[in-house]
Amino acid sequence: MTQTSRSTFLRAIGAALIAGAVSAPALAQQPAAGGSSPTVDAIRARGTLICGVNTGLAGFAQPDSQGVWRGFDVDYCRAVAIALFNDPDKVRFVPTTAQNRFTALQSGEVDMLSRNTTWTLSRDTSLGFDFTGINFYDGQGFMVKASLGVRSARELNGATICVQPGTTTEQNLTDWARASRIQFQPVVIERLEEVVNAYLSGRCDAYTTDVSGLAATRAVQARPADHVILPEVISKEPLGPLVRHGDQRFADLVRWVHFGLITAEELAITSQNIGQAANDARPDVQRLIGRSGDLGRMLGVDNAFMVNIVSRLGNYGQIFERNLVPIGIQRGPNALWTTAGGLQYAPPFR
Amino acid sequence: MSDITANSPPVAAGSPPRSAPITAVGPIAWLRTNLFSGWLSTAVTLVLGYLVIRAVMGFVDWAFINAIWSVPVAPNGQAQTQACRELQGSGACWAVVTEKHRFMLFGTYPYEQHWRPALVCILFVALYIVSALKRFWNWTLVPIWIGTLTAIGVLMWGGLFGLPYVPQERWGGLPITLILATFGLAFAFPLSILVALGRRSSLPAIKVLCILYVELIRGVPLISLLFMASVMFPLFLPEGMNIDKLLRAQIAIILFAGAYLAEVVRAGLQALPKGQYEAADAMGLSYWQKTGLIILPQALRTVIPPLVNTFIGFFKDTSLVLIIGIFDLLTAGKTAIVEPSWQGFGIEVYVFVGSIYLVFCFAMSKYSAGLESDLNRHRRR
Repeated sequence: MTQTSRSTFLRAIGAALIAGAVSAPALAQQPAAGGSSPTVDAIRARGTLICGVNTGLAGFAQPDSQGVWRGFDVDYCRAVAIALFNDPDKVRFVPTTAQNRFTALQSGEVDMLSRNTTWTLSRDTSLGFDFTGINFYDGQGFMVKASLGVRSARELNGATICVQPGTTTEQNLTDWARASRIQFQPVVIERLEEVVNAYLSGRCDAYTTDVSGLAATRAVQARPADHVILPEVISKEPLGPLVRHGDQRFADLVRWVHFGLITAEELAITSQNIGQAANDARPDVQRLIGRSGDLGRMLGVDNAFMVNIVSRLGNYGQIFERNLVPIGIQRGPNALWTTAGGLQYAPPFR
Repeated sequence: MSDITANSPPVAAGSPPRSAPITAVGPIAWLRTNLFSGWLSTAVTLVLGYLVIRAVMGFVDWAFINAIWSVPVAPNGQAQTQACRELQGSGACWAVVTEKHRFMLFGTYPYEQHWRPALVCILFVALYIVSALKRFWNWTLVPIWIGTLTAIGVLMWGGLFGLPYVPQERWGGLPITLILATFGLAFAFPLSILVALGRRSSLPAIKVLCILYVELIRGVPLISLLFMASVMFPLFLPEGMNIDKLLRAQIAIILFAGAYLAEVVRAGLQALPKGQYEAADAMGLSYWQKTGLIILPQALRTVIPPLVNTFIGFFKDTSLVLIIGIFDLLTAGKTAIVEPSWQGFGIEVYVFVGSIYLVFCFAMSKYSAGLESDLNRHRRR
């Protein structure tokens, strides 16, 4: 009892101090044009965005040695925080597990979820969420030792395959094997480290998980060339941030932060050259940096929000390079459609 | 003949006493009787001795001689762990602990403020030591606890005395484990005494209520209680109202520990002979006087071993909060090895985390053994 009341008391004091510290800049922000968003109002009143992230997934969301959250998903949270507050640190990260992530969003414990979550019909409808875009195209694949000489997943008939239980990975594997009439022997191991060790020690012929995970595992091996990721991708895993259904204006903001990052890459605007973008005569650039079009106000944020985001975090490609390339994930399907024929494509930013 | 006896040299009164031969007493005799008493036992001793020495030498080789204590870190924050990987498991890579120990101990707490959770851990240990000393077993303990816990709260949250505010979701590591365990047991123990008394009460309403509580809570796993607290409970609350995640987990742990401890306490109550109750009644003591002065002191003394058993179990069970995304000591350790350059060095991290758990659990265990022999001195003959 004493603990409860004490904690409430201290939290009240802390909240009051926080509110006092941030209310001035928050009030100084431009008011939203054309209707208001309850989520954005709550975030502004609180002074911080609360973002649900993974408890630890290499490259996407993980605290570094100093306890600072880093990663691809984390940068998306920071981008939205910059759009709202022009400050990448006005965001609190709530680590969520595969089990409690949806409740955390539904109950309002977090404002948005940026947690390598696959966009599916049922999550979009019956769970009551809005996916605001696809910022990473993933899919389930196979990795085998190069010494086996296997070139295609179709040659895996009779193979022993290491797989983690739980999520959809095991189900996808079974579905795929049935559809392509392949017999296999599953070795189901819960922990990532153990399943990788089982594969490395030769307990199984192949290891299956999302291609991003395979690439990350391959990259840290002593000789990555000893392992081959097979070309077949047996499932679609489009990942992206999501918000609660029913607050379209906040969903719009998160969606256009993502499209803004891609537009910046399409226009070759990077964190290095955005300072000179004001001199760029291209109308698209002028709209992106908020010097014409009044686009930020339509979203309820500062017109220069993309300048603030790109100057601190870089464009989509730079965020990708910084977080995912070092762990061995290549652009692949996440390259730009306009230049490299990938799947990343932004509707016109105007 | 008698003269022979008389002529034999008398035993010199002043000659030094001689000890028994070393084949009868001392370490060599002990070895002979216990380890080398026959050919079978000699063979078993030699084989086991060989295996133990091999294992110890292997461990020393791995943990100290071949171990790598630190690796260079590139300017972009990526650790260069090639040296560790080239060991191929023949030596420990303690570099992972060197690099990540502050994250494992304090989680995502702001780095430059780490002295605060460190001080909190020291305060907790000091609180345990003070509470363990018999000299403080009186009313002074109450202000000591309240004062220390307030200080701990101020240090962790901040927002006062110029300390920056740190929201709860940034807490992590050892302080979380100590908070969950300390508050959990501090609240669960009094609760369990009340429930145990209630279960033996003659008032049917109270009795049924206590039985229901114990059986319902004990009938489900702790994980499902934590899930209820973390996943289902928020859905029952009005939108926008949120009870802190740590507090919800804390309440689940208190309720769960309370049910288990209640049964332990009830065992102590039942072990007490009926004569004790009757003697207390005969002296005209009220129910609470009887319970506080006669029954509980004897009953709790009897159940010290199972009580400590449950305490130690719960200290380790706090690590289950990892499934609801709270970074306790073990979760922080697991998260530390998510980074690809550190993947594969789990053993080192688990040894580090395990030794911290061991220190606390072993201290609890030794203290309870001392307490037990101290309180049961009257029984020894």
